[in-house]
Amino acid sequence: MTLTIRALLGACAVGALCSAAVAETITVATVNNGDMIRMQGLMADFNAKHPDIQVEWVTLEENALRQNVTTDIATSGGQYDVMTIGTYEVPIWGKQGWLVSLNDLPAEYDIDDILPAIRGGLTVDGNLMAAPFYGESSMVMYRRDLMEAAGLTMSDAPTWTEIEAAAAAMTDKSKEQYGICLRGKAGWGENMAFLTAMSNSFGARWFDEKWVPQFDSAQWNATLTTYLKLMNEYGPPGASSNGFNENLTLFQQGKCGMWIDATVAASFVTGKDSTVADKVGFALAPDNGLGKRGNWLWAWSLAIPSSSQKQAAAKTFIDWATNKDYLALVAANEGWANVPPGTRTSLYENPEYASVPFAKMTLDSINSADPTKPTVDPVPYVGVQFVAIPEFQGLGTAVGQEFSAALAGQKTAEEALAAAQALVTDEMTAAGYIQ
Amino acid sequence: MARAVTTRRKIINTVAAWSVALILFFPILWTILTSFKPEAQAVSSPPVFLAFDWTLQNYIDVNEQRNYLKFFWNSVIIAVGSTLLGLVIAIPAAWSMAFVPGKRTKDLLMWMLSTKMMPAVGVLVPIYLIFKSLGLLDTRVGLVVVLTLMNLPIIVWMLYTYFKEIPGEILEAARMDGANLRAEILYVLTPMAVPGIASTVLLNIILAWNESFWTLNLTVTDAAPLTKFISSFSSPQGLFYAKLSAASTMAIAPILIMGWFSQKQLVRGLTFGAVK
Amino acid sequence: MSTQSSRATARLMLSPTVILLLIWMIVPLALTLWFSTQRYNLLYPDRQGFNDFANYTRFIATPAFTAAIINTLVLVLGVLVITVVLGILIALLIDQPLWGQGPVRILVISPFFIMPPVAALIWKNMFMNPTNGLFAEAAKYLGLPPFDFLGAAPLASIILIVAWQWLPFATLILLTALQSLSSEELEAAEMDGAPPVKRFWYIMLPHLARSITVVVLIQTIFLMGIFGEILVTTNGGPGSASTTLPFLIYKEALLDFDAGTAAAGGVVAVIIANIVAIFLMRAIGKNLDA
Repeated sequence: MTLTIRALLGACAVGALCSAAVAETITVATVNNGDMIRMQGLMADFNAKHPDIQVEWVTLEENALRQNVTTDIATSGGQYDVMTIGTYEVPIWGKQGWLVSLNDLPAEYDIDDILPAIRGGLTVDGNLMAAPFYGESSMVMYRRDLMEAAGLTMSDAPTWTEIEAAAAAMTDKSKEQYGICLRGKAGWGENMAFLTAMSNSFGARWFDEKWVPQFDSAQWNATLTTYLKLMNEYGPPGASSNGFNENLTLFQQGKCGMWIDATVAASFVTGKDSTVADKVGFALAPDNGLGKRGNWLWAWSLAIPSSSQKQAAAKTFIDWATNKDYLALVAANEGWANVPPGTRTSLYENPEYASVPFAKMTLDSINSADPTKPTVDPVPYVGVQFVAIPEFQGLGTAVGQEFSAALAGQKTAEEALAAAQALVTDEMTAAGYIQ
Repeated sequence: MARAVTTRRKIINTVAAWSVALILFFPILWTILTSFKPEAQAVSSPPVFLAFDWTLQNYIDVNEQRNYLKFFWNSVIIAVGSTLLGLVIAIPAAWSMAFVPGKRTKDLLMWMLSTKMMPAVGVLVPIYLIFKSLGLLDTRVGLVVVLTLMNLPIIVWMLYTYFKEIPGEILEAARMDGANLRAEILYVLTPMAVPGIASTVLLNIILAWNESFWTLNLTVTDAAPLTKFISSFSSPQGLFYAKLSAASTMAIAPILIMGWFSQKQLVRGLTFGAVK
Repeated sequence: MSTQSSRATARLMLSPTVILLLIWMIVPLALTLWFSTQRYNLLYPDRQGFNDFANYTRFIATPAFTAAIINTLVLVLGVLVITVVLGILIALLIDQPLWGQGPVRILVISPFFIMPPVAALIWKNMFMNPTNGLFAEAAKYLGLPPFDFLGAAPLASIILIVAWQWLPFATLILLTALQSLSSEELEAAEMDGAPPVKRFWYIMLPHLARSITVVVLIQTIFLMGIFGEILVTTNGGPGSASTTLPFLIYKEALLDFDAGTAAAGGVVAVIIANIVAIFLMRAIGKNLDA
């Protein structure tokens, strides 16, 4: 029964069957990131192609969005038809049966064109549960002019030692010039995304194979000590409340020598609001020679909750927003540098896109992240900068608070790590992972 | 001589009072000014006060991204609706507490107020589930009901304090003239309490307009008021101070202007029976 | 006036309010009580069932719990003290003869009209931000290192923001009270040669007592639930430096999606709210009776 309906709806999505249907309104929840705002500006194209579908946008700040859609989907509220979610939610929600499979997208959509690293993270039991809108890893963005002035060159694949030396050389606090800007704002998607990815390159891990937390390890200590040293000596003031946006603003104003963050930032730091647009260089996230780099993997993706009553229209929308034509549409309107990056192999094979300065480094960064084997030592979980279990949002944020307190100088690295170890042990025991 | 002293004192008072007032108002003024700056100048160092390139671009951008009017109307309907509904329920209650007080009247009043102390977030999941099963999620009706209940204790209390100041003899006299209860409330009591009711209405519109927990968590698009409008500008990627300021100005302007014009009316009633 | 029938009518007229508020209180409370004994995580719909008082012990055993209680008290008391003291001073000032009393009053009352998320966003980004905020610019101008308000003094910064929002309310209520003070009384005291401080202490302050009571009562009711400002500015941190009780519950409910533990937290908060309410009634409630 359900299968037939699904099949019918699938056929509907192809278009022919549905063209006569009355105009339907679908509600799309999304984050207020640049690429999504751009998409909202291009809706005329969608409306022209699909006059029978109206789109209502709910644009929220990332955390507010996550709360609203999670509450909705977990209680089958049915308020949204398309949700913007990440690689963390997709496997968990997919397993709960909360998302609709997208395997039946039309052939022209070319699912096989999606970058394997990204696609893997969005697939549950062979079903594509969400279509990537843009994918990102993290990398080093640095000021070529300042490096030159300091007599240094950045290698394409730097080590943490190199980063520290460069940060020291570029810092001049009297001129409000800080060697390095990193995330400090507490949150599993904020400072913990960075620190967890960084810890991978130091050989640390969240849990051992028996789900025992590892914050008491020497590797975590080295991670946090290095981070605190970098930030205290070469970072901007008030770093404990800096997230992606705050650092972006700082970098655009020319106050940061280096910034290690999401690859999507590249189009902003070289874009029109940036005062340093022509002076930015890119490098892979640093490593320590242990075989893992400190870069993450993330894809903001569009998914349809099972509770949606308008799945066919929702699928039509997702097809439009994430297919090859959409990339061409953005390129035609806003230039290749503003195309949502990191989702399709064909984009990186396109010679026009290859001339975008950060294209290659973005692809290399994405390809060097492996969510299924994120750490030096084996772990029981999937995810580079997160642990794909439902408890992680709470855990990551609580640990993030401890590390952010250490950055604010309220705790030492040892105290923060001890507190993290204690609270994660408690939670994991309560949740039944640790027997 | 004496006059000179008063003038001097008056000058000092004036300077001091204006300084305090301007300091308190400055954040709002700064926001309004920033909303007319280009993004780059909004974060320029040193900051520019007036000598920037005035622009309306932020307002245009904000309006292009979000349909302001829709959010505005939802705010108006929710604020006015919940206030009126609250009045209808509260006037009889306040009447009876003021004119037929019992031993427990004060306890009852305190109990009503204490219902407001329950942290909303603690009951979010239950309320969300109730709303879902009643089909009230993302509806203006649902929000009007919630905000009415939230502010009902304040409305009752404010009205109670005004009603209590009305001498009972007047009502007695009206009753002698053959007025029934309905007429008594409608034609005798209410007109006398108009200043108090006006003040209550104003305060509740302000409280409802600014309520930002339920309005954020129980709405999606159809019933979303200006609090939701603001949250889509709270931390986008890139420079955003100017656009945030424009959106903020648009969200607060209606209530600010209403407040300014009705300030005297509002203040007169804002005594909660503390002044006699 | 208190005839049998009018009593009955009075009760009838009171009943809609009482019944509605009872429903508003009891239904969510009952559901909350029920959830608080359940294993109920939104993210694990299949794991459900009775789990005694595990949620309560979990919530109270949270390391941030004690901090949250203390922070809540500090926040409420801090804002109360600032708004009442400054409110009295500003009311005294505005009550003096001066030019432009009307506009001054309009400017002073304005912060009260600002919706909390907007207030928090303005203060956080345009004033307290240690690189782009106006305070940092001022520090720079004075040759001082910028102060990281929300990182180094999170709770104090939030108190500042909330006090800014509520100061107008306190000021105006106190001003109205001051203006109702008969000038004869003050002039008589002046004639007797009482110095200004004494006049304030023995005549004005007692007169203001009732208004202060009202300010304290109303503000406490609203301040106990302060949460949006924290969410926007510090997210309860760094560490748990600015986590209050409502914020702690929020973390359970919307970050861990642990509706069971959040419900337990809600019940704890209701108990605390009632303790505060009883305390308020005992301490200052009699001031309200005329």
